[in-house]
Formats: sequence, C-alpha cells, structure tokens
Amino acid sequence: MSYRSMEEAQERCEKEGIEFWKAVQMEDGDERGVSEEDSWKEMKHMWHAMLDSLDSYDPELMSGSRMVGREGGLMDAYRERQDTLCGDFMAKVMGNALKMGCNNACMKRIVAAPTAGACGVVPAVLVTYYREYDVPEEKMVEALYVAAGIGQIIANRAYLAGASGGCQAEIGSGSGMAASAICHVKGGSTAQIGHACAMALKNLMGLVCDPVGGLVEVPCVKRNVGGAFNAIAAADMSLAGIESQIPVDQVIDAMKEVGDKMDVSLRETGAGGVAGSPRAAEVVARMNMKS
Amino acid sequence: MASIFDILGPVMVGPSSSHTAGAARIGMIARQLFGRQPEKAAVYLHGSFAATGKGHGTDKALIAGLLGMRPDDMRIPDSFQIAQEEGMEFTISPKDIREAHPNTAQIIMEAEGVNTMTIQAYSIGGGRIRVCKVDGIDVDFSGESNTLIIRNVDEPGRITDVTGALSKARINIATMQVFREKRGGSAIMVVETDQVVPKETMDELQSKEGIIRVKFLHAN
Repeated sequence: MSYRSMEEAQERCEKEGIEFWKAVQMEDGDERGVSEEDSWKEMKHMWHAMLDSLDSYDPELMSGSRMVGREGGLMDAYRERQDTLCGDFMAKVMGNALKMGCNNACMKRIVAAPTAGACGVVPAVLVTYYREYDVPEEKMVEALYVAAGIGQIIANRAYLAGASGGCQAEIGSGSGMAASAICHVKGGSTAQIGHACAMALKNLMGLVCDPVGGLVEVPCVKRNVGGAFNAIAAADMSLAGIESQIPVDQVIDAMKEVGDKMDVSLRETGAGGVAGSPRAAEVVARMNMKS
Repeated sequence: MASIFDILGPVMVGPSSSHTAGAARIGMIARQLFGRQPEKAAVYLHGSFAATGKGHGTDKALIAGLLGMRPDDMRIPDSFQIAQEEGMEFTISPKDIREAHPNTAQIIMEAEGVNTMTIQAYSIGGGRIRVCKVDGIDVDFSGESNTLIIRNVDEPGRITDVTGALSKARINIATMQVFREKRGGSAIMVVETDQVVPKETMDELQSKEGIIRVKFLHAN
C-alpha cells in the first residue's frame, strides 16, 4: 500500500532513519514486487527521458492548431540578450517549462508528471538546476522519487486529473511535486519537503482547467511556467525555515474539497474560463473550418 | 491504486495521456487481441474522443497502435502515412455509442483467413485503458497484467478445462471473469495470471473441444 498521508510517510522516515525518497522507493518495491535496483533503473529511465525530451525541442515546430510551439525559442533568444527581469536561472526555468509544454502540444515524446499537460513543471525545475549546478545524477533520480511519492499521496487523497479537480490537480500537483523534489536536492528535511509541497499547492488552489478548444495548448503551455516558478518559490521559502501553517495532508484535502465544488465548465470541458472567451470561439470556428 | 510510475510517467508522445497515449494503447491491445496486423480496420470514436480527438491526435494514435506502435513511439504523428506504406486500410468515423464512457473507441479488424473481430475500449486517463467489449460480449480488463482471453461455448466443464490446465502449469490466477452472450451460446473467460502462460498450455487449451479461440496478452 502506498502512503495515504505525508504524516504516515514521515513517521516511517523518522522511525527507520531513512530519507523520504528511500521510503517511496521501498514502498514501490513492496507494491510491485520489484527489486530496488530495478525500480531505480526505471526511475533513471524517466530522468533520461526528461533530458532527451528537452533536447528534442524544435523552435520551428508548431501545433496542429498553430496556437503554440515557438514560445521556447522566443524565451531562449530573449534570455540570451541578458536583459530579463527574473535573471538567467529563472529565465532558463521558464524556457524549459515552455519547451516541454510545446513538445507535448506538438506530439513529441514527453514524460507525464503527473499529466501530459503539466509535463513541463518538474523538468523545468530539476533539469535546469542539474545543468546549472554540479549535482550528481543520483541526486536527481532521488528527487524524482520524491516527486512521485508526493504525487502518489495527492492521488490517494485527492486527484491528478483536470477533468476531476481542475488545473490545481494538474499544474498545482506538478508544482507541489517539483517544490518537494528540488527541496530534497537542496538538502531539505522530510518536514521541509512537506512544507514546500503544502505552500506550492496553496498558492495554486482553485486553479481551473479551461483549455481552448479542449486542446492541451492554451493556457496549458504557459501554465507550466507558473507551476515551475511557484515550485521554486515554495521550495526556497521552506528552505528558509518558513513553514506552512496548514499541514500538507490537510492542504491536499482542501484542494479536493475545492475541486469537488468546481463547476463542470471549469474542469477540462473547454467551456468556461478562457476557453469560454470570444477569442476561443473564433479559434474553434477556424479549426472546424480546416477539418 | 496508482504506482509511482503512473504518477511520474508514462513516457509518451503528447499531447494527452487519455486522448493520445490511451488511444495508442487501445489500438495496440486491439492488435494483440486480433493476433496480427489487420488488413482493414474501421475505427469509431465516441464522445470526447469524437469531439476533440483530432486536435489530440487520437485518430493517429489509434492507427499507430494498430500498427504495433507503443504510446512513446515517435512515429505516432506519421501513422496514417505508415499505414498506407504497410497496406493497412482504415476508416475513422464518429459514432454515438449508447451508455459508453466519453473516451470510447470501437475497432473492427479484418484480415484474410481469420475471423473479423470487434473491440470496444475506453481510456481512463494516465495512459491507462479498459477493454469493455470483445465481439459484442461485455468484458472488463486493462492488459496491464498477464491476461488469458478464451472464447468458448457456454457449456459445463469449460472453466474446469482452463483452471485445470493453468494449475498443471503451476500458474496462479490473480482474477477470473466469465461472460456470455446468451445461455448455451458464445462465452468469454478473462483470466489474469501472475505468471506468463507458456505455449504448451496455450496449445493444450486450444485443442480442447468447446474452446474456440485462446489469446494471451503479456503484461504491458
């Protein structure tokens, strides 16, 4: 049985004197009947798939609807002019989040984390950090266990699908996972990993899923940037010693309550939010004409 | 219960785990159930698959699956072209299927010398699927475990034939479901097993009277 709460996972970590990522890996081994080595190999494959996907980005490619595709290239060019507001590292995070989102929209290979629409958040944070600083690859694979373990707790208590709980469940969960993962890379404790996730989730609580034309393009691609920035902010807060006043398990429960109350037009139906705007209607009409 | 690799993963071709990866998987499982690449395939899309399938590449992914591609195959966007090169004819049309899940596909597969087969399946998100009908008979399986699918005549003794053969081969049954069209008609057994069912056991089952067709899907 996977962890149903961060509290339960943290108790095990303290009792057995292990790190959170290890507790997740051990649970995976028990649940699927695989060895730690095999589980590690599989996770390392996910890591490499993220690196490969980022490198496969093609700034000339556009999605079928032609709404997205070039954003990653534009951000790279802007960053190279060294005049960004947010600084070089964050501009790289932004560029990588956009590239993954564009890759997904353009039918390239990505790693769902936790979903395809939110696939840019975790790699934008982790891969950018890995390539910027001298971190052993093992640490990044550990971080993916942290991300997956957090995502699993969210899945067990709430949900990860926009159709079920809005974008807070997709980009929000991705952001919580990325915050916890990078917190681990920076040496955060299990408690700090929990606080990072809690703060990231709270900041995106209530986010609706409103894809224009039902496509995973607008606003999804750019929301990966929001999720990645938010993750880094939440991790930095936690590493600074700032704590979430509401425990992470209760934040996840609150997220579920909010998602349950969310109108169906705001849950991946392509009806409400920006999907319901006049411009979205024009885009849909244009697409229907083409097909 | 979702494993950590359902959370972080699958590795897949975008843009949607339900509408693209799940669709490719439906095609792939359908092909495996058919036992070969169809020469002709008629694909019907229901609900959200019909409404937003084109923008999500659902159509291309289903055809890719029928061509044997996995959900992470980079050739998925080019599947129509590849089907043409490999001589697989196909049609894709919307269809309103009563009481079906919003992400449902129905696939009719034909090839020279084998019986036509109709599969209905739906995508539940995260790239996972359920097969819900085989040749019009209700079933329910995912293909994530080793799965033995047996078409048989609805008559006494056929279940014992199957459990006996599996027991002899020291194969543990994880789940077992039996379905039938009508009393004394055509029936289907879906048996999920912990071990891989060896060829000898498959042959033994295939040779028994009252057992029409035996298919084994490796856990994938």
